[in-house]
Amino acid sequence: MKKWQSENANGMKRRKFIKNILFSLAALTTPAVLSAQEALKKLQTWIIGEDYNPFEHYWGMGIDINKCIGCGKCADACKKENDVPKAPFFFRTWVERYRIFKSGKTFVDSPNGAINGFRKPYYESEDKDKVIRSFFVPKICNHCDNPPCVQVCPVGATFKTPDGVVLVDGDYCIGCRYCIQACPYGARFLHPEKRTAEKCTFCYHRVVKGLVPACVEICPTQTRIFGEIKKKASPLMRFMRKHKIGVLKPSLNTEPKVYYANLDMEVR
Amino acid sequence: MKFKFNPDDLKSLVKKSFSSDNINKRRQSMKFFWKNLPEQIRRLSVVAVILFALPLVVRQLLIPTDFGKYGHYRASALDEIVSQEIHYAGRELCNECHDDVVEVKYNGYHKTLTCEVCHGPAFAHTEDDAIELEAPRKRSYCPTCHEYLPSRPSGFPQIISARHNSRKACIKCHDPHDPKPPETPRECKACHAEISYTKAVSKHVDIPCTRCHQTPEEHKIRPREVLPSKPHNREFCGSCHALDAESSEDIPRIDLFEHERRYNCWQCHYPHLPEAN
Repeated sequence: MKKWQSENANGMKRRKFIKNILFSLAALTTPAVLSAQEALKKLQTWIIGEDYNPFEHYWGMGIDINKCIGCGKCADACKKENDVPKAPFFFRTWVERYRIFKSGKTFVDSPNGAINGFRKPYYESEDKDKVIRSFFVPKICNHCDNPPCVQVCPVGATFKTPDGVVLVDGDYCIGCRYCIQACPYGARFLHPEKRTAEKCTFCYHRVVKGLVPACVEICPTQTRIFGEIKKKASPLMRFMRKHKIGVLKPSLNTEPKVYYANLDMEVR
Repeated sequence: MKFKFNPDDLKSLVKKSFSSDNINKRRQSMKFFWKNLPEQIRRLSVVAVILFALPLVVRQLLIPTDFGKYGHYRASALDEIVSQEIHYAGRELCNECHDDVVEVKYNGYHKTLTCEVCHGPAFAHTEDDAIELEAPRKRSYCPTCHEYLPSRPSGFPQIISARHNSRKACIKCHDPHDPKPPETPRECKACHAEISYTKAVSKHVDIPCTRCHQTPEEHKIRPREVLPSKPHNREFCGSCHALDAESSEDIPRIDLFEHERRYNCWQCHYPHLPEAN
């Protein structure tokens, strides 16, 4: 034991040795930490468009199912705003009609994505007496916080921006369709001419200019709410405080950022 | 020429080439080392170097310089996405010239609608007056929102267009910018169509809505602010259905004190269609 406490082991006291180690460690790491911080600061200023810094925002959407009247103006506006192919199977957003029958069966339809609304009058439908519950559900890319489509892209053509929007790099996409398969919400499609994957961009070109997405702008009953998730004074946060919120397919852990109020359990 | 490979040769070679201090001498010895390597090794090493370097060069050429700057993607892709043209101008821009119409609309039921809902994308029009916008005037347009559908939220004004002044254009009676009914609705059915049609097939068909819902006149003008009343106890239904009620003998009776006392009637029976369930 005496040997261990020797005053002069290697000519240095233990306390001094530890002190030296700490000082030298600090001296070695401080410049690295400082430069890393500097680099991070540089990274967090990224100007897109005129004066939009994606690091200062985090976007989400709220949809109140009780307010939706199924007019399909959102789907129509989306196609006009984003030049989505007119054919009836390419949609960045669309409206579904859910009808739950007395037999317990659920029937979902969306004629042409509801772009022209649901035109068949009620009194002409055969099953009008058998429906116990019915409502409209607008659907859109959920801009998942944990997006499966981004994970599967082999070339890095689809990605999540710092403000939480999932985008597709049209020039970089090789059209392999993995992401279309991976999306549990069916929000993606292959552009028939460009042969690249396409999806809702939250109208990113509008958002950077301070506008809201076209579907939110056009919704006549303000069913759709667009706003910041991480700021207290935002229309979306107010929406989330006022309503009971549900998301689509929560069991998949995709953490969607499209929040539904008054969501029925039949909605998938 | 036959070549015999001897590991000792190589060892001495390496030793020789690295022991020298003189650069010139070393260069010569390197040359000597290279020349004295077996030919197949020389050729193979050239192939190996190319195989190793080529992917690096190709990678350097193919991957854009801004790839991976902020994440596993091309940073400039965002600039390309952002450069997309805008079609919908947004509600503020219309106000700059058409403030008179916007003012009318702002005080009416259509205040939550932007002009572009009916008039279509207007950004081109804000840049150039010559580009005119459409104004839907046909009778087929308004039912997109206002045709009666049971899926629509109750309280949203709906009509059955086949029975609603057929062949008359909507804008003949209703100003689309301030769409008041031409007169305040006389019947509850005008707005509460779903309930009305349900009640029409039930035993309660002859009971007017106002028997159970005291409705202030104001409700027809400000439907969401001034609400009608609702019955709030069992005794209200009992006024017809209790054993001792003074009502027609055809009406089914229950003993208010025996029959499921802890519930209110409408927790099990839907008053607008009591036959259901």
